[in-house]
Amino acid sequence: MSSFSVTEPSKRSKWFAGTMVVIYALVTMVPLAWIMLTGFKSPADAISYPPKVVFEPTLEGYVNLFTTRTRQTPEFLEANPPQTWYEEIVREYDMVIAGPSKFGERFLNSVIIGFGSTFLSIFLGTLAAYAFSRFKIPFADDLLFFILSTRMMPPIAVAIPIFLMYRQLGLSDTHLGMILLYTGVNISLAVWLLKGFIDEIPLEYEEAALIDGYTRFQAFYKVVLPQAATGIASTAIFCLIFAWNEYAFAVLLTSGTAQTAPPFIPTIIGVGGLDWPAVAAGATIFLLPVMIFTILLRKHLLRGITFGAVRK
Amino acid sequence: MPDTPATRAAQATPPSVARKIKGLSDRAIAWIFVGPTIFLLLAINIFPLIWTIRLSFTDFKANRAGREIKNVGLRNYERILTDSDIWLNMQATAHFLFWTIFFQVLIGFTLAYLINKKFKGNDLWTTIIVLPMMLSPAVVGNFWKFLYQPQIGLFNYVIAFFTGKDPSSFEMLGSVQLAPWSIVIVDTWMWTPFVMLICLAGLRSIPDYIYEAAEVDRASKLRQFFTITIPMVLPFLMLAVLFRGIENFKMFDLVVQLTGGGPGSTTELTSINLKREAFEKWRTGYASAYAIILFVTVFGLASIYVKALNKVKER
Repeated sequence: MSSFSVTEPSKRSKWFAGTMVVIYALVTMVPLAWIMLTGFKSPADAISYPPKVVFEPTLEGYVNLFTTRTRQTPEFLEANPPQTWYEEIVREYDMVIAGPSKFGERFLNSVIIGFGSTFLSIFLGTLAAYAFSRFKIPFADDLLFFILSTRMMPPIAVAIPIFLMYRQLGLSDTHLGMILLYTGVNISLAVWLLKGFIDEIPLEYEEAALIDGYTRFQAFYKVVLPQAATGIASTAIFCLIFAWNEYAFAVLLTSGTAQTAPPFIPTIIGVGGLDWPAVAAGATIFLLPVMIFTILLRKHLLRGITFGAVRK
Repeated sequence: MPDTPATRAAQATPPSVARKIKGLSDRAIAWIFVGPTIFLLLAINIFPLIWTIRLSFTDFKANRAGREIKNVGLRNYERILTDSDIWLNMQATAHFLFWTIFFQVLIGFTLAYLINKKFKGNDLWTTIIVLPMMLSPAVVGNFWKFLYQPQIGLFNYVIAFFTGKDPSSFEMLGSVQLAPWSIVIVDTWMWTPFVMLICLAGLRSIPDYIYEAAEVDRASKLRQFFTITIPMVLPFLMLAVLFRGIENFKMFDLVVQLTGGGPGSTTELTSINLKREAFEKWRTGYASAYAIILFVTVFGLASIYVKALNKVKER
């Protein structure tokens, strides 16, 4: 196959390493797989003892997640036969669908705030990173380090003044407020990462462009940006994942219109206690995009994690 | 920005003048590019920090905004540092920090070492292992609460299966002895991949020729491991520990969803306690002082640690 090398592990040690890693990977997936399965169980199956691995799948959890339901009298139920498959599911419990639940809205908020803050972080961050990388800015390194170090503060500590400030400015529980907040939290890391990526682009390219009569703006736009595209993409993924997953600020600063999914999912209550299949369904829908994303973009993502960490 | 007035003006200017403008505008561009970011950082990072410092010397309560604010000097700090309950929270945090880092380093390094054997399909399995750390900690905490339920939860059932104990005989989240471990388990499950990735970067940075030279010198594999692998990976490993340390010192979302600080206050980490003071008891001034103390603690510990790290790097 390949030429002999003393550093190439033997076949046996490769086989052993592979087996161990695969076993770990499978064990680590069990909790995730279990939650996804629970989303397709009926409430009774979800809390049965011993826990059921084989069960009759139902979409009840998902229906409960997206709807609110009310109990109705037998006469009413008889007079109004169910029209759709999801109404039929609800009928088994003598209930009718009263309307959509708030989950759709909360999910949409997560999308708006996640993408909004990512776009803003990357837009401002790329400009700033370029300036930090190419121009002499007084105290640039100290400034960046100090700002990065403010991330050492627990989010709750930051939330106290932000809470007061947002109340004054009328930004509490607004999309704009959350977008600005997440951008402010993300941007120090974004600038730091992007500066590293831009530093790697040889200065000669731009100098050549400037000599050819490009302005600074044009050189930035036409030469630097395309070169930094990969770095920008992996930084964007980090910003997006942070905003998507964030909980502490969201739970303290939003309660209604701008509430994202993470503070909402644990509060899904069914009849007579927590509706575990609905909670599991919500968790699945919320986590699945990140998981698919991770698998599809694994090259950039894994490189970005180590790059970002090791650089600091 | 190809078609702004600035670019059009630049294109229309004769070269000699343009060079002058370019010379000048570099600085202007720098400030235009950096300006918005600086503003945002001041507004979201620096200004709140200064405000927190100011509030920490007062008895301000955010739920009674109209009330007159009294300056109390250093009394908030004094009360926090002499409060024995806070030392209990610090102990809970220290327990959490120590054991999560211990297990994550142990498992993370082992995994990285195994993955570095470059078996077939190792990048796919690496990705699968990495999945937990990409997820929302609050949602993870929430579903682990389900796994930890006595009787119906999978965790108890699996433990019962292997040990023969009755699955309803122990409660991971309800018992004072087990609850601190329950949060360690979940955090380890979630963040071991991070330590693994950093270690992997370290292992991959070791050039082959060092091992080849060792092989020529007939150094045993074990010796190579302790004299080459470990020292070369150590700076990376220490970096991973630094990040996990800072993150877990601030730990809030995962644990608040999992245990809410209970039972009693056995898993009430400092962040959770801070949230109680600030947003449930509304002792804003007191909580601000608390926040500053935490910040100084992390910052101080991290600085000392970074000094040690740099020494290791130099060697």
